[in-house]
Amino acid sequence: MSTDVILAAVMLVALVIYSLLGGADYGAGFWDLMCSGPRQQDQRDVISRAIQPVWETNHIWLILVVVLTFAGFPAAFSEISLGLAVPIFLILLGIVLRGSSYVFRAYFTGSVGTQLYWGKVFSISSSMTPLFLGIVIGAISSSTVLVKDGISENGFLRTWFHPFPLIVGALSLSLFAYLSACYLTIETGDPALQNDFRNRALFSGFVSLMAAFATYVVAENAAQGIRDGLSRAPYVWLIEAGGAIAALVAYQALWTRRYQRARIAAAAQVALIVFGWGVTQYPYLVRPELTIVNSAAPSNIVSDLVIAVAIGALVLIPSLILLMLVFKTHRESRSVDADTTLV
Amino acid sequence: MDNFIAARSQMGMSLAFHIIFATIGVSLPLMMTISEWRWRSTGDPVYLLLAKRWAKGTTILFAVGAVSGTVLSFELGLLWPRFMQYAGAVIGMPFSLEGFAFFTEAIFLGIYLYGWDRVPGWFHLLSGIIVTISGVLSAIFVTLVNGWMNTPTGFDIVAGKFENIHPFVAMLNPAGIPEAVHMVLAAYTAAGFATAGIHGWLLLRGGRNRFNEAGLGIALLIGGSAVLLQSMSGDALARMVAAKQPMKLASLEGQFQTETGAPLRIGGIPFPDKRETKYAIEIPHALSLLGFHDPNALIKGLDQEPESDWPDVRAVHICFQIMVGCGSLLSLFAVAAGWLAWKKPPLIEHKVFLKTLVLVSPLGFVALEAGWMVTELGRQPWIIYHLMRTKDAVTSMPNVTITFLVMTALYVVLGIIVVWLLSRHVIATPKGKELERSEVLV
Repeated sequence: MSTDVILAAVMLVALVIYSLLGGADYGAGFWDLMCSGPRQQDQRDVISRAIQPVWETNHIWLILVVVLTFAGFPAAFSEISLGLAVPIFLILLGIVLRGSSYVFRAYFTGSVGTQLYWGKVFSISSSMTPLFLGIVIGAISSSTVLVKDGISENGFLRTWFHPFPLIVGALSLSLFAYLSACYLTIETGDPALQNDFRNRALFSGFVSLMAAFATYVVAENAAQGIRDGLSRAPYVWLIEAGGAIAALVAYQALWTRRYQRARIAAAAQVALIVFGWGVTQYPYLVRPELTIVNSAAPSNIVSDLVIAVAIGALVLIPSLILLMLVFKTHRESRSVDADTTLV
Repeated sequence: MDNFIAARSQMGMSLAFHIIFATIGVSLPLMMTISEWRWRSTGDPVYLLLAKRWAKGTTILFAVGAVSGTVLSFELGLLWPRFMQYAGAVIGMPFSLEGFAFFTEAIFLGIYLYGWDRVPGWFHLLSGIIVTISGVLSAIFVTLVNGWMNTPTGFDIVAGKFENIHPFVAMLNPAGIPEAVHMVLAAYTAAGFATAGIHGWLLLRGGRNRFNEAGLGIALLIGGSAVLLQSMSGDALARMVAAKQPMKLASLEGQFQTETGAPLRIGGIPFPDKRETKYAIEIPHALSLLGFHDPNALIKGLDQEPESDWPDVRAVHICFQIMVGCGSLLSLFAVAAGWLAWKKPPLIEHKVFLKTLVLVSPLGFVALEAGWMVTELGRQPWIIYHLMRTKDAVTSMPNVTITFLVMTALYVVLGIIVVWLLSRHVIATPKGKELERSEVLV
C-alpha cells in the first residue's frame, strides 16, 4: 500500500473518530434545542455536563483532518476550498458561534435570560454545522465540484445545492443526533431522563434510516460512483452488513433499555457508515477527477507526514485514554460535583 | 472594495483577533501553573484562588482561540487557494505538528479545569505544565510557517512548481526560529504586563490586599523578564532580516538609498515619492552596527528594487517605530521596577509605581499588533517572499466583501463579550469570604 493511501486512511480514521466524538457533541447541541417537557432543564443539565470536559478535545479531530488535507493533498484542499466556499463558510460560522456561545453560556452566570439566549445560539449553530459538513461530503462524492485553473466551473451554488448533498447533510445531522441521544441515556442515572433520551434516540434513529434510504435512491442519478461503490466489492458488503447488524442491535437494546449496549452498537453503526463512505469514495478524494494519488504531495512529504502522525499518536492516544478514564468513569460521583465544576 | 483587498482585509482582521486570543491563551497557563505551584509549596490559599481565576481566563480564551484558529486554517484555502495549492505541501509539516501540540493542550486543559478533585495533586500540577509547554509549542510551529513565507527554503523551483521539497528544511527556515522566539516572548510580555496592570489598577482602587499583590508579582515577573529577553531576540531577528530580507529592513528603517555606515532612524516619516525619510532622529552608523555588527557595513536601500515591488513603506516604518518604542518603554519600566524592588521594598506601597504600571500595561499588546503589521506588511507585495505575489494567490470567488463584513461583525461581538466575561471572572478583587474558603470554589 502506498504512503498516500496510508495517509488518506489516517484521515478517514480521524473523520470516523470526529463523527463519534465531535459528532455526538453536535448532536447534543441539537437536542439542547429540542429540550421539552417537564424535565426540560434537567435534560439541558445532562447535556451540558456530558460535553463539558471533552468538547474542546473532540473538536480538534476536525482541525487534524483539515491540516492533513492541505499538507498531504494540497490540490484537493485547494479545489474543495474554491468549489465549496459557500458551505465551508457556513461551517465556519457554525463553528465560531457554537464554540463561543458554549463558553459564554457556561460563564454568563447571573441572568437566566442571557444563558437561555446563548443556549439558543449554541444549539442552532450545533445543528447547522453537521448539516453543512454532510453537504460538503455529499458534494465531493457527486462529481459536481470541478475546478480548472482556479475557477469553479459549476460556480459556487451548483457545486452543492442539489438533492444529493442536501440529503447527505440531513443524514449526517440525524445520525449525529441519534448517536448523541444514545450516549446521553447513560450520562444520567435518573430513569425518567434516560427514558426521554431513549425516545429521542428511537425517533432520530428512524429518521436517519429514512435519510440513508433516500441517499441511496438519489445516488442513482447524482452519485453513480458511490452507488456503484456500494455494490462493488465483497468487503463493502461486509461493512454494510456490519452496519445493519449494529443498527439492529442498537435498536433492540434501546427498546429493552440496555443503554450501555445501545451506546456501543450505535457508535459501531455510525463508525461503519462513515467508514463505508470512505471505502466507496476510494480511490477519489473529490469526484470525478481528484484521486488520492493524483492530488497527493510528493511522496517524501507524505511519508514524513505519516511518521509525524505516528509519533503524534504516541503522545495523543495515551493522553486521550487518560482523559476518558478521568471523566467518563466514576459515574456515581458525577451528580455531586456537577454543582461545583464550573460556576 | 475589490476582492483582493477584501480577502487581505479578512485575513488581516482574523489574524489580528486571533493573535490577541492566542497570546493570552499561551501566557495565562504559565501564570496559572506558577500560582498553583506556589499554593502547593506554601499552602497560601491566595495562590489557589489566583490559579483558579487564571484557569478560567485560560478556558475562555482557549475556546475562542481554538475557534478563531480553526477559522484561519479554513481561510488559508478559502481566501488563498492558489497559495495552498503550491505551498500546502511545503508548510504542512509545522501545521500538522501544531495540530498535535494543540490536541495535547486541549486534553490536559480539560484535565486541569475539571480534574481538581479527580486526579492527584502532583498530576494536576503536571497537567498545568503540559498545557503551558504545548501552548508554547503551538505558537512556535505556527510562527515557523510565517517564517517560511518570509524566507522560503527547502525546495527547488522546477517549471514554476516546488520540487525536491524537504519539509524539515522548510520548517527550520532562517526566519522561523528567531521569529518564533520573538513571538513567544511578545506573548509573555503582552499578557504579563496587561495582567499586572489589571492587578495594579485593582490595588489603586480597592487598597492593599494579598490577592492582587500576589497576582501583580507573578504577572510582572513574567512580563518583565520576557521584555528584557526580547531585546536580545529582537537583535537576532534584525540581523536575520538584514541578511535575508534586505528590502524589508530598508522599509522598516525608511532607508531609500544604498549606503555604507547607515544611520538608525528614531521616529520620522518616510516620503516614498521624494525617496527620503524626514523628521527622524538619526544615530550615525547605528543601523549598520545593529544589522551586521559592523559600523561601516553596507545597507541596501529600497533603490535596489523596482518601486512597484515596495511595500507600504510609510505604514511599515511607523508600525516598526511603534513596536520598538513600546518595547523600549516596557524594558525601561521593567529595569526601574527591578531596581526599586531591590532598593525600596515593598514596592506595592508606591502609588506612583502602580499608576505608571497601569499606564504602560497595554503597551505590550500595542507592540504585538504593530510588530505583526511590520512582518506582514513588510513582506508585501509577496505572499511568499520573491516567489509568489499576494494578488496571484487570491481566490476567484466573488463577493469576498460580504464574508469579510460578516466575519468582522462576528469577531467584534466576540471580542466585546470576551472582555466582558474576563472582567466578570478574572478581573475583579475577590470578596473576603472567597479568600478564606477558596478551596470550595472552582
